Amino acid sequence: MRFDWLWSQSDKIMSLILWHLYLSVIPILIGLALAIPIGWGINAMPRVKGVVLSVFGLLYTIPSLALFVLLPPLLNTQILDPINVVVALTIYSFALLVRTVCDGLDSVPTDTRQSAFALGYKPIYQFFHVDLPLAVPVIGAGLRVAVVSNVSIVSVAALIGAPQLGSLFTQGFQLQFLTPIIAGIVLCIILAFALDTLVVVATRTLCRWQPKRG
Amino acid sequence: MSEWFLSINHWFGDDGLIPLLAQHVGYSAVALLIAIAIAFPIGCYTGHTGKGEALLIGVTNALRSLPSFGLIILLVILLAGYFQSDAAFILPCIIVLVVLALPPIALGVHAGIRSLEPGVHDAAKGIGLTPFQILTQVELPCATPLILSGIRSATLQIVSTATIAAYVSLGGLGRLIIDGRAANDFAQMTAGAILVAVLALLIDIFFSLAVKLSVSRGISRRVKNS
Repeated sequence: MRFDWLWSQSDKIMSLILWHLYLSVIPILIGLALAIPIGWGINAMPRVKGVVLSVFGLLYTIPSLALFVLLPPLLNTQILDPINVVVALTIYSFALLVRTVCDGLDSVPTDTRQSAFALGYKPIYQFFHVDLPLAVPVIGAGLRVAVVSNVSIVSVAALIGAPQLGSLFTQGFQLQFLTPIIAGIVLCIILAFALDTLVVVATRTLCRWQPKRG
Repeated sequence: MSEWFLSINHWFGDDGLIPLLAQHVGYSAVALLIAIAIAFPIGCYTGHTGKGEALLIGVTNALRSLPSFGLIILLVILLAGYFQSDAAFILPCIIVLVVLALPPIALGVHAGIRSLEPGVHDAAKGIGLTPFQILTQVELPCATPLILSGIRSATLQIVSTATIAAYVSLGGLGRLIIDGRAANDFAQMTAGAILVAVLALLIDIFFSLAVKLSVSRGISRRVKNS
């Protein structure tokens, strides 16, 4: 490890970290914002639910590098445009989260729903005040998987030239120089761990109603 | 785009589709078989005994955060000095592919065995089956859907990562994307990306059929007990 090299590059590495953060977090937020209403809609239609969820599941099987390359012609963007990475990861996050939202809504006990209905909750009010809050633990668990895998997938975008921590890997390979590669891997893991912790804390804060274990 | 696919040279030439597809499938299959050979017994052990569950889940989560692309490049540079010729990049790539495939397979086997109803396990014990018979004749057949689903995730992960490994000169469909990017040949890049996506979709379909066909009729819940 050449720490002097890392120090001399600290400005550049800082900007790569911020890019990495931006490219992994924005897709999660958009994906979640799309997955909640669509998951709610699908859950209300049990007949098509299985089919629609498996079609969304297929999106998740497309290898990341292939998706990064296929999006520019479809979106009419330049290959180097970071928007391709944002769209690709939004697709993955959405595909993962829509299933989680459905699972979460399924985890709400029927008795609870019926009680809410009997108390006179209107559907939208019931969704935001009863169903969604009770689905938070399951959605939070899915969000952790999505956040952590996004941080790892973003680094692949270095192959098409988008700036983020993966750029340290390609740079290290071209220079046959281990320091940037190790630094990149460590920073990716730290970033994934930090975002994961953030999701755990946020989920706990939203789940104060849960009985404490132990 | 269609012109690219119409040229016969793009199919059967030295760097054509067919040889690249064969390499991609070949490396992926080798990695998958090694991963199954290692992870399957681990999953059987933790599932059957219930020991080491926390460790298994912890390792799985930790591996998920590891950037596979960085890991490949790190291993290629570290191992390059010890091997001659092609082994210098093939071996590190296979190692990374195997490592990435271990957790989903082990976890699938483990979760499949654990999801067995305790009553079934007790009944098997009650009629006098030995622990090994319980594992092979009761637990594993019941766990088949989750085992296959674990192998499916592992296979997709391997195929996806093998594409990226083209950057360190591993053969396979990723070559079309990486070389196309270097030469600004967008037709070739797009062709490579389409093929990789189609390969992944075919694998996915293959596994959903395999689940349907391999699950014992009695426990598939598709046959009504009369």
